[in-house]
Amino acid sequence: MIKIRKRLADTGFGVLALIVFAFSAFPVYWMVNTSFLPNNRIRGEALAFFPTPDVFTLNNYRSAMFGQERAPFPPAVLNSISVTFLTLVIALVVGFVASLALTRFQFKGRRTFIVLILVVQMIPGEAMIVSMFRIIDGWQLLNTIIGLTLVYTAGVLPFTIWTLRGFVNGVPKELEEAAMIDGCSRAGAFWRVTFPLLAPGLVATGVFAFIQAWNEFVTALVIMQRPEAMTLPLWLRTFLQATQATNWGAVMAASVLIAIPAVVFFLIVQGRMTGGLVSGAVKG
Amino acid sequence: MSTTLLDSPAPPRQEIRQPSRKPFLPWLLLSATMVILGVMTGYPVLRLFVMSFQEYERAQLMGLPAEWVGFDNYATVLTDVEGFWTVLARSFALMVVLVVITIVLGMLVALLMIRIGKGMRLLVSVGLLLAWAMPSLSATTVWGWVFDTQYGVVNNVLTAITGDRWFGYSWLINPLSFYLILTCIVVWGAVPFVAFTLYAGLTQIPEEVMEAAQLDGASAFQRFRLIQVPYVRSIITVLVILSMIWDLKLFTQVFVLQDIGGDRELTNTIGVYIYQTGMAQGHYGLASAIGVIFVVVMLAISYPYVRRTLREEEL
Repeated sequence: MIKIRKRLADTGFGVLALIVFAFSAFPVYWMVNTSFLPNNRIRGEALAFFPTPDVFTLNNYRSAMFGQERAPFPPAVLNSISVTFLTLVIALVVGFVASLALTRFQFKGRRTFIVLILVVQMIPGEAMIVSMFRIIDGWQLLNTIIGLTLVYTAGVLPFTIWTLRGFVNGVPKELEEAAMIDGCSRAGAFWRVTFPLLAPGLVATGVFAFIQAWNEFVTALVIMQRPEAMTLPLWLRTFLQATQATNWGAVMAASVLIAIPAVVFFLIVQGRMTGGLVSGAVKG
Repeated sequence: MSTTLLDSPAPPRQEIRQPSRKPFLPWLLLSATMVILGVMTGYPVLRLFVMSFQEYERAQLMGLPAEWVGFDNYATVLTDVEGFWTVLARSFALMVVLVVITIVLGMLVALLMIRIGKGMRLLVSVGLLLAWAMPSLSATTVWGWVFDTQYGVVNNVLTAITGDRWFGYSWLINPLSFYLILTCIVVWGAVPFVAFTLYAGLTQIPEEVMEAAQLDGASAFQRFRLIQVPYVRSIITVLVILSMIWDLKLFTQVFVLQDIGGDRELTNTIGVYIYQTGMAQGHYGLASAIGVIFVVVMLAISYPYVRRTLREEEL
């Protein structure tokens, strides 16, 4: 009797698990599916659940990338890649140096600085769009890569410092000190001993900065208004604004193009996302 | 370190442990950060504050000097001439609904992941990761397509099930169903983080504790309420605060859904409202005042989180 009940419960939970999976994966599946379907199937009353070989098409991607009716794709990719790459490099270098100062040195004002780094992250960028627009406009940097990079760098830097600080703290100081006893200089000890151990942390932090800059929408909306200055998220938005009926095939193709780098990079580092919050947070 | 058995007098270490003889070195390392944050965060905050006390319209953008108007902007905002309270109340109500649904669903999924076998858990994890990794902009467009008026899969399936013709039914034009779809998008994207975090926390509860409770006759619900929840209480607190912050800041999803076909007036949340007032209508001074209020609200909400984090870091 108990065995049967357990079997029943197992089946029930299994069904629930399938439902959770279906609900979370469906939109992603539907996006990819639609992006490969021709328009007559997308708009047909009979749903096409799979782009079978007889209907499979890349036309949506072609239309998304080379269609004349919207903001052009090539500059958008170029803008997104430039801004993201610049933000990533600057934030990592500056953030790394700062995290060293906050972990490997004792000095007056250190604690205040750390508190500041944490508090700054709580200021919503959405509140600041007006003054940010005014400032960037005043510097004649509207619609420029430099302007947007500046804003993004300041946006991801506190988080970068905070995360890197955790990683540097994770490498025991004693390792460095041992190397110094063996005759290394302070900088040499750091460079040869600690730095290699930090590589995974730098990669993970860099990926987070990448995802944030790649997906950012509201600041770009304010600062990059010209069609040729748009980043990919803004470019995707122009698809939805068009006055004629939305070409959903092209929109989904565009969505896929934007999502791919973000999803791939996210999957690389996802293991580190929850770790920090859980360690030490469970009462034991 | 001093407790090691080989703790012979170690003068070299002491020498290294001394505070650096170059007290300017850490500040040198922090200089780039200070410049960037000072110029790109500190200055904009200051500017926002200043603009909130000025008359700042399109004309001022063209170079006309901005006049000081004292608290006029705040008075205009707070006396509801521009519908500020409606937007604020709407943002908070939406935030409460979103946070509650996200946390409850996240907890249920976490409990489910503990209960099911390895293979099933992998399947659920893959689905959750996909939802989590999707950029919110892509997610919003996809959900917009799923609920599309003409060819959306939802209207299609509803037609097949109910027999009525749902083609042409607009989900976004009615504010209530607009919020329904918005809730779907936000919750769909937010549950994975909550579920994974709670799952990680729940798995750290010692097996014996749960077994002992079971032997003592505690029902599944009692075990949940009296053991599992207290164990992960601090995690839940952090998740709630973080969700509150994220859901109040909601911008992309609302803004893009409005693009696809919503009524902007009736569905604005505070972030979008700032954009509409400032960038779209050109009332930069008013938008700055709302921005300042928004910053203050967000800092107040995150205060317990900041305090808790600092305590945990033992600073």
